[in-house]
Amino acid sequence: MSPAVAIARAMNTVAYLGSPIVGAARVAGAIAVFAGRALGAALSGPRFVRQTMSQLLAIGFYSLPVVGLTAVFTGAALALNIFSGGGRFNAEQVMPQIVALGILRELGPVLAALMLAGRASAAMAAEIGAMRATEQIDALETLSTDPFRYLVAPRLIAAIIAVPLLTVVADIIGIAGGWLVAVQVLGFSPTVYLRNTLGFVVAWDIGSGVIKAAAFGVIIALMGCYHGFTASGGARGVGRATTHAVVSSAILIFAVDYLLTSLFAHR
Amino acid sequence: MSRATPKLQWRNATKRFGDTTVLRDMDLDVAAGRSLVIIGGSGQGKSVTLKLALGLLTADGGWVSLDGQNPAGLTGRARRAFFSKVGVLFQGAALFDSLTVWENVAFRLLNADGVPRAKARAKALLALEQVRLRPDIADHYPSQLSGGMQKRVGLARAVVAEPDILFFDEPTTGLDPISAGAINALIVDQVKRLGCTAVSITHDLVSAATIGDEIAMLHDGAIVWRGQPADLESSGNPYVDQFVSGRADGLMAPAL
Repeated sequence: MSPAVAIARAMNTVAYLGSPIVGAARVAGAIAVFAGRALGAALSGPRFVRQTMSQLLAIGFYSLPVVGLTAVFTGAALALNIFSGGGRFNAEQVMPQIVALGILRELGPVLAALMLAGRASAAMAAEIGAMRATEQIDALETLSTDPFRYLVAPRLIAAIIAVPLLTVVADIIGIAGGWLVAVQVLGFSPTVYLRNTLGFVVAWDIGSGVIKAAAFGVIIALMGCYHGFTASGGARGVGRATTHAVVSSAILIFAVDYLLTSLFAHR
Repeated sequence: MSRATPKLQWRNATKRFGDTTVLRDMDLDVAAGRSLVIIGGSGQGKSVTLKLALGLLTADGGWVSLDGQNPAGLTGRARRAFFSKVGVLFQGAALFDSLTVWENVAFRLLNADGVPRAKARAKALLALEQVRLRPDIADHYPSQLSGGMQKRVGLARAVVAEPDILFFDEPTTGLDPISAGAINALIVDQVKRLGCTAVSITHDLVSAATIGDEIAMLHDGAIVWRGQPADLESSGNPYVDQFVSGRADGLMAPAL
């Protein structure tokens, strides 16, 4: 093999390995620019109050059933698992405390956010993607209206408010699910279970979950809006945007959950 | 602005998407108060030409100027001010599904100009009347209207704030000949009523001849002919001749 051919092959290999990295960096940069514009729009006027209220209803109120059902079953399953697992080292009695800790710090915020990634982020990507495909976003611009202020900021503000509120609801329902199983199936005393739970929980257990939920709200809104805004290729493109919004939201939720947990772990 | 200065200019406008050059050094002017129609086949750069003029796309070479301003360079308040003198009728009307007809028509008044809802509604109803739509559809949603009615609502939205310049993107596409004729007549009426400049793109020759004071033919990213509607049939230009006759064989290959 001549040196020229060897160099060419080596360069091709570098290009082959490098192109996904360059692509990923480009997407990360585009998302960062989008996030900057979105946050700028959310912090500056004029506020589109009607759009924000409508998004609060869509993201918050209409997601209550799905978040509530997820929480009650998760709390119930967690109680059973901890009871049977704890039985191996005679620790069944700490089940109320562990259920509360698991729900408040981890499962409440993460499961509520994952449900909203599937429901709200997907809906945002589909709606904004369809608006892109039918030139409604171009129309907004020509009507002297910034699409970031009209479309993105209300969704971002609504998600930052709604996801923590839904998380608190998920926390209460999740703990109630654990209580129900403990009392009805495992023979715990209802008052002792509640006393053990309330006596153990500290404000930071709830606060750390709520802070996580606010961060997840930002992820859900940004991923939904970003993928909707950048959708192209008609109906297929809108479908692709919806899938990307859900998948990227879910992955970022897990990644940010780990980062925040590691930050909060020593408190 | 003096009469000699064109209202809208494209100078050496070039636009590429990847390896494909859609517009190549395109020059075109529109004088104030005139109605120019750009015709051409599918994929020849008509929509890109319009979007450059609106600043929805940025030229890779050359420049575009509307009243001495390049829309692509404008941001924030300056961009909103630029669009306050512009009205656009989009190809599919681009009405907002979640808003009623009157809220669509009054969108700019409500959201950009801060007009109170009652006053904005009154203006929207007047604009609907001007495009021959009954006021009882004002509280309907766009999905409850036919394609022709949606186009009329889009036209009402474009003219309600009395812009200096109107852009029409394929105004008759998807309409039956009678609805298309009605839209063409309304466009002529509204442009005349407002005394504004108009730029339209279409491949509908009947529409072009009805709404245009002048016609320019775009082919392969450049203007290949410009003249009066009456000269379309006898232009002597091989591109125009082929386009008017609808022949598949000739200088222009059909977009298949």
